[in-house]
Amino acid sequence: MDAILQSAVVFLKETYQSRENEYQGQVTVLLAMEHLIDALTRLRDEFSFEMLEMETAVDYWPQISPRFHIVYQLCSLQHNIQLRVRVPLDGNSPSLPTIEGIYPNANWHEREIWDMFGIRFDGHSDLRRILMPADWAGHPLRKDFPLGYEEVQFSFNFDEISLRKPKPGK
Amino acid sequence: MSNFRETNIEELRHLVSERALSGETMLLNMGPQHPSTHGVLRLLLELDGEIVQNCIPDIGFLHTGVEKNMESKTYQQAEVLSDRLDYMNSLGNNLVFCLAVEKLVDLDVPERAQAIRVIMAELTRISNHMLWIGTSALDLGAMSLFMYALREREMILDIFEMCSGQRMMTTYIRPGGVWRDVPPEFDKAVRDFTNIMPKRLDEYETMLTKNILFLERTVGIGVISQEECIRYGITGPILRGSGKAYDLRKVRPYSGYELYDFDIPTRTGGDVNSRYQVRVQEVRESVKIIVQALNKMPGGPVRSNNRKFVPPPRSEIGVSMEALIHHFKLWTEGFKAPAESVFVTAESPRGEIGVFLEGDGGPNPYRIHFRTPSFVNLQIMPQLTRNRFVADVVGIIGSIDIVLGDADR
Amino acid sequence: MGIEQKAGNLGIVTTTLEKVINWSRTSSMWPMLFGLACCAIEMMASQAANYDMSRFGMELMRASPRQSDLMFVAGRVSRKMAPVVRQLYDQMPDPKWVIAIGDCAACGGVFNNYAILQGVDEIVPVDVYIAGCPPRPEAIIHGVITLHEKIRSEKLSTWA
Repeated sequence: MDAILQSAVVFLKETYQSRENEYQGQVTVLLAMEHLIDALTRLRDEFSFEMLEMETAVDYWPQISPRFHIVYQLCSLQHNIQLRVRVPLDGNSPSLPTIEGIYPNANWHEREIWDMFGIRFDGHSDLRRILMPADWAGHPLRKDFPLGYEEVQFSFNFDEISLRKPKPGK
Repeated sequence: MSNFRETNIEELRHLVSERALSGETMLLNMGPQHPSTHGVLRLLLELDGEIVQNCIPDIGFLHTGVEKNMESKTYQQAEVLSDRLDYMNSLGNNLVFCLAVEKLVDLDVPERAQAIRVIMAELTRISNHMLWIGTSALDLGAMSLFMYALREREMILDIFEMCSGQRMMTTYIRPGGVWRDVPPEFDKAVRDFTNIMPKRLDEYETMLTKNILFLERTVGIGVISQEECIRYGITGPILRGSGKAYDLRKVRPYSGYELYDFDIPTRTGGDVNSRYQVRVQEVRESVKIIVQALNKMPGGPVRSNNRKFVPPPRSEIGVSMEALIHHFKLWTEGFKAPAESVFVTAESPRGEIGVFLEGDGGPNPYRIHFRTPSFVNLQIMPQLTRNRFVADVVGIIGSIDIVLGDADR
Repeated sequence: MGIEQKAGNLGIVTTTLEKVINWSRTSSMWPMLFGLACCAIEMMASQAANYDMSRFGMELMRASPRQSDLMFVAGRVSRKMAPVVRQLYDQMPDPKWVIAIGDCAACGGVFNNYAILQGVDEIVPVDVYIAGCPPRPEAIIHGVITLHEKIRSEKLSTWA
């Protein structure tokens, strides 16, 4: 592991009691929600992780606590290192502070997480749906949201599916 | 069945200025169906006469639910869906998906396959830039360039069809290597293409680079500084047009890019013209890479022979029992991936494309997320178009080079 | 025969009203620019110099629905886009035709999920379906010619 990356991981472990995991040369750090803003600000300023590459969420339903993990991927262009930070979240009305103030990039990423998972971000400037229509009900990427699979029309069930298929008006 | 839901000014109140609410400025919808928005992008423009005060992009009209759909398919089946995300860069999407799967399950790739992958990725980059030149010149008024630029694209699509049978959504690059070896005509066809490409590119540059009308419409328009780019996570030709020489093929080389010698074109203007010049230079560099890869192409297998992940060739199935069992297992169940997560990036013609893949010990990806460049690059639209004319908006969208399949997934 | 044999040199042809109107409708159709996704790229390729579609009368692609009479639905139609497609179809004046290019417009294609309409014929009536993912430009031209043949066989009773 790179020296600067090592020092960043050690700093996170000592200051915020985070746990690290390394797989195939990629480092993931598990951080608690309270320390998120502080840790990311210090990572950006002291360890020069200037760019937020990606922010996304993973749903671990039916496990309720923690149900979601928010994943932040940070990148330093100067030293060419990458670090992944995961924040576990509870399942009932999940919400956490926004990092839009630290990385303005996070604006649309967090809107997408709200749209797809239903996780609220406190302090976000513009939290509305981005990919689904504005009056859509539900959050599609949650594991308890169905895929919306339509049954394939073979010749043996052709007529019964034709009756159910919506038809256009003129 | 036109059940519309009108966008209320109340929901967008925090984004538009007070002058819009009193009617002093006009809110104009540059709607999903528009000849110059390169797909279904909706821009809500707040106009003071002809000058744009604010621009609110509205995406989601091409949302396909690929991430959720992939969760119910095996890794081999899911790759077919990955082509259709950024449809101009379909082999690049295949490549980054395969890199992620190979990193997750720790699969090796033979050297001949890496060289073929590099050639395919660079051909895709050239075909994307050719279409980009054609359509953005079409937007700015140079209509004939569109017809000329698609000539080269047809040559490249013929090469793809020769290797894989399909012009566009090929799924040629698969976990462990490529699908099958290139046919004997491949070498001659690619060399003919690389011989002719620089001359054609000179023709296009004669038409545009010193053209006074083109310069008037592109110099000084849509300027963004390097620091703003990094704060917003913008990568690709936009970052290189603002001065930072950051290319993922050099910084974190993948698939054997470290063996080839090429430059990273950079300009310092940060405007539409710089990005145009960066992309034209990138085509020249891609041609250099393809020639080097063709000359250095090693022999050997084109796909890994780790039978736990790669199906055996047809000839082996008739004679070996293990091959039959592997074939059966792979096509009915798929291979299993460990419960770890990886994030792999590659350089697409638009910027940095990344795949976040998390397995769960089973044959389906538990969570796959594509960090697509168009989604991230579109966030700077409001900033680039502030206090510009409406006609400049068209040029700016063209220079950011978005593909809505990429942004909406 | 008959009058044509006698008066052929004068440049007079005899035909029926049906045939003349159908012929004029097919010969200069103006498609509406409505490319959504990957199939739009193949539509553009079939419009470009290699496979030229303007040989068949479709030189000009009009962006405005009020001035076009053919709607190429090229690409996947998502749920957010569906009311827009229907509104554009309603804005086109009669006579109008719809060609669904590609698997996603015909039947939902590779994507069978919550976000994509399983076939654009859930919202607009389609005349010709072109299969393929994406279909080759020759297949698109074949679809256009099939539509021309379909129009040539239209009867007076349907549109008068």
